[in-house]
Amino acid sequence: MAPPPDHRRPIKRAAISDQQRRREVALRLQADRRSDAQNRARQLASSVLSLGPEPATEPEVEPEQEMSEASGQLAGRSDFDPVRAARLRGPEVRKWFARQLMLPEWMVDVPPSLDRDWYVFPRPSGKRCFVVSSNGTTISRLRNGSILHRFPSNLPNGARAKDVSGPASSYSILDCIFHEPDETYYVIDMVCWRGYSLYDCTAEFRFFWLNSKLSETGASDPPSQYHRYRFNVVQIYECNLAGLQASYSGQVPYVKDGLLFFNKHAHYQAGNTPLALVWKDNVCSQYVLDTDSKGQIPSQQQVVLELQNDGNLTTSDDPPVALGSLSRDLIAQSGLRVGNLVRVAIKDERMRLVDGKLDLGELQLVGKTNHSRAFADTYSKVLFQHAARHAPLRIEDLVASIQSNSSMDNSQALDVEMEG
Amino acid sequence: MALEVTQVLLYAQSIDAATRNHAEESLKQIQEQNLPAFLLSLSAELANNNKPIESRKLAGLILKNALDAKELHRKNDLAQRWLSLDLATKTQIKTSLLQTFSSPVSDARSTAAQVIAKVAGIELPHNQWPELIGSLLSNIHQVETHVKQATLETLGYVCEEVDPQVVDQEQVNRILTAVVQGMNATETSSDVRLAATRALYNALGFAQANFTNDMERDYIMRVVCEATQSSDVKIRQAAFECLVAISSTYYEKLAPYMQDIFNITSKAVREDEEPVALQAIEFWSSICDEEIDILDDYRSEYTGDSDVPCFYFIKQALPALVPMLLETLLKQEEDQDQDEGAWNIAMAGGTCLGLVARTVGDEIVPLVMPFIEENISKPDWRGREAATYAFGSILDGPSPGKLAPIVNVALNFMLAALSRDPNNHVKDTTAWTLGRIFEFLHGAAVETSVITQENCQQILTVLLQSMKDVPNVAEKACGALYFLAQGYEDEGSVSPLTPFFQDIFQMLLFVTHREDATESNLRTSAYEALNEVVRCSNDETAPIVMQLIPVIMLELHQTVEAQKLTSDERDKQNDLQGLLCGCLQVIIQKMGSIEGSKYAFMQYADQIMDLLLKVFASRNATVHEEAMLAIGALAYTAGPNFAKYMPQFYQYLEMGLQNFEEYQICAITVGVVGDLCRALEDKILPYCDGIMTQLLKNLSSNQLHRSVKPPIFSCFGDIALAIGENFEKYLVYAMPMLQSAAELSAHAVSQDDEMLEYTNQLRNGILEAYSGILQGFKSSPKTQALVPYAAHVLQFIDTMYGGREMDDAVMKSALGVLGDLADTLGSHVGPLISQSSSSKDLIEECMVYDDPLIRESAEWAKLAINRAVSAFASIPCCVWSGLGSHHQPYQVLTSPSLNDPTNKQQGHLNANIVSAYASCWLSLINIRNKWSGSVISKWSLLIALRHLKVLLFWVVPCFFALFHIGSTGIVVVSLLFVYFV
Repeated sequence: MAPPPDHRRPIKRAAISDQQRRREVALRLQADRRSDAQNRARQLASSVLSLGPEPATEPEVEPEQEMSEASGQLAGRSDFDPVRAARLRGPEVRKWFARQLMLPEWMVDVPPSLDRDWYVFPRPSGKRCFVVSSNGTTISRLRNGSILHRFPSNLPNGARAKDVSGPASSYSILDCIFHEPDETYYVIDMVCWRGYSLYDCTAEFRFFWLNSKLSETGASDPPSQYHRYRFNVVQIYECNLAGLQASYSGQVPYVKDGLLFFNKHAHYQAGNTPLALVWKDNVCSQYVLDTDSKGQIPSQQQVVLELQNDGNLTTSDDPPVALGSLSRDLIAQSGLRVGNLVRVAIKDERMRLVDGKLDLGELQLVGKTNHSRAFADTYSKVLFQHAARHAPLRIEDLVASIQSNSSMDNSQALDVEMEG
Repeated sequence: MALEVTQVLLYAQSIDAATRNHAEESLKQIQEQNLPAFLLSLSAELANNNKPIESRKLAGLILKNALDAKELHRKNDLAQRWLSLDLATKTQIKTSLLQTFSSPVSDARSTAAQVIAKVAGIELPHNQWPELIGSLLSNIHQVETHVKQATLETLGYVCEEVDPQVVDQEQVNRILTAVVQGMNATETSSDVRLAATRALYNALGFAQANFTNDMERDYIMRVVCEATQSSDVKIRQAAFECLVAISSTYYEKLAPYMQDIFNITSKAVREDEEPVALQAIEFWSSICDEEIDILDDYRSEYTGDSDVPCFYFIKQALPALVPMLLETLLKQEEDQDQDEGAWNIAMAGGTCLGLVARTVGDEIVPLVMPFIEENISKPDWRGREAATYAFGSILDGPSPGKLAPIVNVALNFMLAALSRDPNNHVKDTTAWTLGRIFEFLHGAAVETSVITQENCQQILTVLLQSMKDVPNVAEKACGALYFLAQGYEDEGSVSPLTPFFQDIFQMLLFVTHREDATESNLRTSAYEALNEVVRCSNDETAPIVMQLIPVIMLELHQTVEAQKLTSDERDKQNDLQGLLCGCLQVIIQKMGSIEGSKYAFMQYADQIMDLLLKVFASRNATVHEEAMLAIGALAYTAGPNFAKYMPQFYQYLEMGLQNFEEYQICAITVGVVGDLCRALEDKILPYCDGIMTQLLKNLSSNQLHRSVKPPIFSCFGDIALAIGENFEKYLVYAMPMLQSAAELSAHAVSQDDEMLEYTNQLRNGILEAYSGILQGFKSSPKTQALVPYAAHVLQFIDTMYGGREMDDAVMKSALGVLGDLADTLGSHVGPLISQSSSSKDLIEECMVYDDPLIRESAEWAKLAINRAVSAFASIPCCVWSGLGSHHQPYQVLTSPSLNDPTNKQQGHLNANIVSAYASCWLSLINIRNKWSGSVISKWSLLIALRHLKVLLFWVVPCFFALFHIGSTGIVVVSLLFVYFV
């Protein structure tokens, strides 16, 4: 009997041997693991946010003492050390998160080239939070780092379901505002996506990525068993007249709380930044003037400041700006400790410049703030609130600035020429 | 001058070993001392009609081996050696060879024909010996048939050796004319006709142009078809072989001839001698191969296109073809199931029927069912076997929906037949058919499996019982169990096999110990089934698999200890060792992947490692390979703990890497180095000098099989990823290797699919190396060391992208490297990347690709590049906002991205930079406000513009000047600058 021709396998003979299969399986596993290792490398070090697993039980509210320590450590805020961040556990995660949100300054003056370099959108009213999806669960954390919700979602690795791609440990981080009335997370920025960091990307790119990626996941679908909350993208406009108009008076499905302005070229930067600005008036926000702890608008402007060693009261800016001080006696009397956040009322409503410093004059201690508060007011907020009570920056000023920008393009060039 | 070699050549064929060895030794010496003279005397010996045929044949054989070898590198060496001989010698040798044609001794002529073809294979591509074909063709008109026969034979061999491109069409036409004339029925000598038919088989590849010409094609086809009717069986067989070759080479030209070919083949299948009938069946199998490929193309490509259209020959011939094939199934031979290499009409017919089923799908079922029903209960075993064989053959192709109802009815019948049929052939085929049912109609991929919780137990009982049957039946039962288990691989914890694990293992171990386990491949099949059952174990059954470990280890221990074996026993021992190592590999992989069993498993790790190291004492390649694979699996499971085995294991690792001869071992070992890298990470560092040295040696060797080279490059990436910046010292060796390989592979023109596939493997390996190296260096202060290579890497990807021959894997890796370049080198390569064509177009193209993995890689690349480009554009912004709001300007300023003076030249290229300076300026305002503590002034446009100009003219040069002064200076001057503003 002659053997079959070389290329013809008799049908009764197995197509491949198990040995061949073992070899192929080994090769495939090697290739998979190589690609896993590469992905890990790509995600790990390039990202500033590598977090270890958290303990399941975590106290939702920390003692105040610890909170103030956390804010006392703000000095390390920009020190994005991925290796260190990866080692964080439990409460440290919370503290760490409390420092990661990009916080807009309040717009006390109109920045130049508003129409060319900025985006604008109506800010949803609600709780600002970071939403992290990873390892089959989604966690939202408030500004102070405490957990708002822990839930399944359609975000990548946001629910315990077979994900199509990527390791389950890769995380995505969204900057959101949770809007209570329709129980929806409005996504205002994207910080990490499928493990890849967008920190060092411009706002222009982040918004592009946010818009194209979020819709792919089904995160904007209505809630279901494995998708507890809906995630919606906020409509973002170029800050020209039409865009400003649409943001200011256009209809949105949520309650507006002022307008947010983002510089297109700015990276995502933790903490206060002048490259993101918030502005509001009575038309586009119900909360122009700050309320006190009872929810009432006080007759005098109140400010939340942090008590320092030397009795000075400072803003949460970096470096902090001292706006006044408390006497040792008063401090002892009220049982305040260094690092406490205190609410003070500005008695004399006229601000003064003394030796190049803003002086709020005599401050009246109203009391300590409640525990969930993590930060003092910023310098720009104090100014904005002051202006809102006396000489607010109006929508007309914004419009005028945009109009003058376009007409001033020529004069700018001329101006530079003459300088040279 | 010609030497006297006759005697030595005769001694070299002596029965006496000493004489033979001595003669071989002297032949070697002569060759080494004076190669030209040696070759001359061999050719003279071959041509000399007065010499004995034995010495002439051996002379020709040695001459042939001096011109060609199997291994590619040796083949090239020999060709070069021949080309460098002096012209006179070569001419004289060639003259002698051509003279041999007139020899009355056919063996001498045939040997000369083969040698001539080898010389032609070397010389024709170099435009040497242009007169060869002309002088051969002039022989055709000679009267002597033996010269004519030798000439045709030579033409055939020449066509086999040389590439069609090196022969011009005019010569091709003359060759084909001569060959086809030789085949013609008017040729009276059947020797000439046979030689011509065999020559045509080799010349078909040259006839591309002739087959597009209707008249010439008609003529060739007519002559071939006539030759299938020759009275000489050898000519008929050779003619059918031509038809088979035509069916695959010129499928799209066959339509006009199919009716005739069907008639010819069906007559041959039914009436002709076996060798001819087998070729006639092969014709239809070959047509099936073509149509399966085309229809696959139709399905896989979204355009629904294939280069060649499908003519549906099989579909059209179906009503006549299927009965013809079914008839062949009844022509079984008595002992075919015991002989592994057996091939006969029934086997070829069943194989072809299986291919037909894959080609036409559902349509075959109603044509085969009546045959099955008629024969399945026949008293004659041939009927029952043929019916079962037919059923088994058509299970792959038709839809499960069509087959399931039939299988549901047939299953019980099959199980009964396997337990009770009196005939072994029937039981053999029944067990095989059950295996096919499990393979194609059961498992996660099939919507409704024909196997249920209920019948599974019955099936298992019958299969396990059959494992006690004769070896060939037991072997098929093991195979059926393999596929039954495979269907449950993804089942998780609810596998119906769970309650039977213990029984299955016991029976399979019993089978491996059967005295006759070496017959019919039984032991191998039992271990393969065992492996598959292990693969589908789960949390619940893991403890039972764990009990298997000491048993397998004991068996392996016994083979290691066994002493003084005969060579036959040694072979069996090697087979067994290989199987046991393979089984351990599967167990390690599985137990390592089940979280709950990993810890318990690791308690065996020391003993397993100890045994595997002892196995390396064996000199058998398969055993080494299996042991190496098992160690790779163990390393992955053990992770960093594997470090403790490294001191003993290293020598075997090195041995494996040095094994050029058995290159599969080398390849597997290279893969294991990757496993080790991922397991040990930086703990592999102490061994890297040795490993890298060996890998670099392997790459530069032309003796190592080329297939090992791509994985070696990938392995560079694995090592770099594991040891990070410590890879720096290897850069100076590895990078030039990568660069030159990249250069070659980027410009490689791939003539055939195989070459294209290899080129892409090579590219993929190179890209994986780049990725690993780039990622390994990320966040290291030594990143600088990679900057000089960036341009070349980009150029490599651009060239490949321009060439448009990248496969998906290469595309994915290329995207990865683009991202890695940006990610690791950041602003250093921002502008460089912006200029590369692939970074824009390739990424955009791939962002909308169907394959999610490619899309993801494209996203990675886009993201990383965007970061790098924007980082470059906004360096000053970072610096100043760093100063403004944060605390470590010092650190920011000393970051490597700022220390590259080339930024200056590249700066103006990027439009983004202007807006970056604007952002920077915004930050400056902020800084000043904070530092002075004054009330924030207006965001005054005018002030902004004044300072913007200052910035552009002052700050930029300042920056770059400062980088050379040093970081301390920067801080000082920065402060000054802030004051100035």
